[in-house]
Amino acid sequence: MLNTSELLERLNKDFDGSLALTEDSQAVSVNKVEIIKLLQLLKEKHGFEMLLDITSAEYNDRLEVVYHLMNLENAGVLRVKTGLSKQSPSVASSIPVWKAADVMEREIFDLMGIVFEGHGNLKRILCPEDFEGHPLRKDFKPDIIERF
Amino acid sequence: MSMNNDSFETQEFKLNLGPQHPSTHGVYQAVLTINGEYVSEAENVIGYLHRGIEKMCESRTYTKIIPYTSRLDYLASMLNNHGYVGAVEKLMGVEVPERAEYIRVIMCELQRIASHLVMVASMALDFNAFTAWMYAFADRERILDLFEMACGSRLTVSYMRIGGLSRDLPEEFMPALKKLLKELPGRIKDFDNLVSGNEIFTGRSKNICPIDAKKAIDYGFTGPNLRASGVQFDLRKASPYSIYDRFDFEIPVLHNGDCFDRYYIRMLEMYQSLRILEQAVESIPEGPVMAKVPKVIKPPKGEIYHQIEGSKGLLGYYIISDGSTKPSRVHIHGPSFVNIGVIPEIARGITIQDFVSLLASLDIVLGEIDR
Repeated sequence: MLNTSELLERLNKDFDGSLALTEDSQAVSVNKVEIIKLLQLLKEKHGFEMLLDITSAEYNDRLEVVYHLMNLENAGVLRVKTGLSKQSPSVASSIPVWKAADVMEREIFDLMGIVFEGHGNLKRILCPEDFEGHPLRKDFKPDIIERF
Repeated sequence: MSMNNDSFETQEFKLNLGPQHPSTHGVYQAVLTINGEYVSEAENVIGYLHRGIEKMCESRTYTKIIPYTSRLDYLASMLNNHGYVGAVEKLMGVEVPERAEYIRVIMCELQRIASHLVMVASMALDFNAFTAWMYAFADRERILDLFEMACGSRLTVSYMRIGGLSRDLPEEFMPALKKLLKELPGRIKDFDNLVSGNEIFTGRSKNICPIDAKKAIDYGFTGPNLRASGVQFDLRKASPYSIYDRFDFEIPVLHNGDCFDRYYIRMLEMYQSLRILEQAVESIPEGPVMAKVPKVIKPPKGEIYHQIEGSKGLLGYYIISDGSTKPSRVHIHGPSFVNIGVIPEIARGITIQDFVSLLASLDIVLGEIDR
């Protein structure tokens, strides 16, 4: 398994922003303005060539965007998290780093309502185009919508 | 047929391929902008099978989620189950008994063969090879008969439980499996001989839509599609989970990355799965099939990302537990969802029949894309 604290030490040498280990010491947490720089650094200098997954989660006081990266040499998986506020959450899009981010970011926008700046085609992908609301939020109430 | 023929006026128009279409492998829609016979733009429209599984998981207990996972990639439900129960077991620190691990590997490899049979048969069917489709599906029926013997259902099995299996195999399972393992290699070879060298099949799939290794990694490909593009990465060897480190098998890799390679890699993988099955059948021990887990499953607070080598790529489960009986968040990473991301770029400039070939070779299942 990946030794996250050792990786964090190596990262801190190249990265001039602020990184922290999460509470369970399994993920690296970073401020949202520096996330793209960190992802670029992880891809180019530390061998995390592949973007496995981008997803989102809702907590009591914030939303989080969670990236999972994989190193193809040793199959190590790294989790990178960034916290966003619940009012108008937005973060930069990571399409310039990996093209795989395109469909994943559209899904997060559709289901959780997080806006990815610079995406270029940020429209709903799973729900119908005229759907209102973001289903994965905890306060989403599915009403019966008159469609016809 | 020249595109710049001055006396022949052409006009671009938009054509819907799907969602109702015999060649789209499910309810998938592609909005194609066509100039003559050539596609100038392709846009994916999905969501017709969106059932809100991730949201439903937040209000169900951990065991009740297992049938939902069977219905994600409905052609490979044993593999989906394995990924999910593996994730919860890792979160809880449960150790699965030996016999259950062996039975799980047997079921997963049988399911992998069944899933690949559907892909090669459907690709042949898209090129009008009806007999080849029938041959492959007849073999798949025999595998589904084994599943029915073990757990009562053919397609959406919910055989695995957190800590082991729901029940042990019946007595007639092993003899039937051994009989199948004697006959299946010959049948797959027959299919291979019929289809792989056929002029029409190779004409419609060789050198069509090649994807090189760099593009495949950039688009997040995993599984057979990545191995057909030259990257020899298989999670069962790179970071073995369950008991895959005890078996001797190879990882095939092909280098052209065209539609034919994406088809042929699945034929090669079926032979390797048969090897694993023979070894598992030989060394399966006796014993219990369920670990001692509490009746009410309450994993400790935490989160986990667990992935397995599914039949279409790396299937990942991200589970966040808040210490209660229901998960706080379940996210399923379906490989087919990532695979369709490549279509808008690759489909530029190909003909409509090549588009059908591309879609068949990517092996998408809408249950996994839309969840």
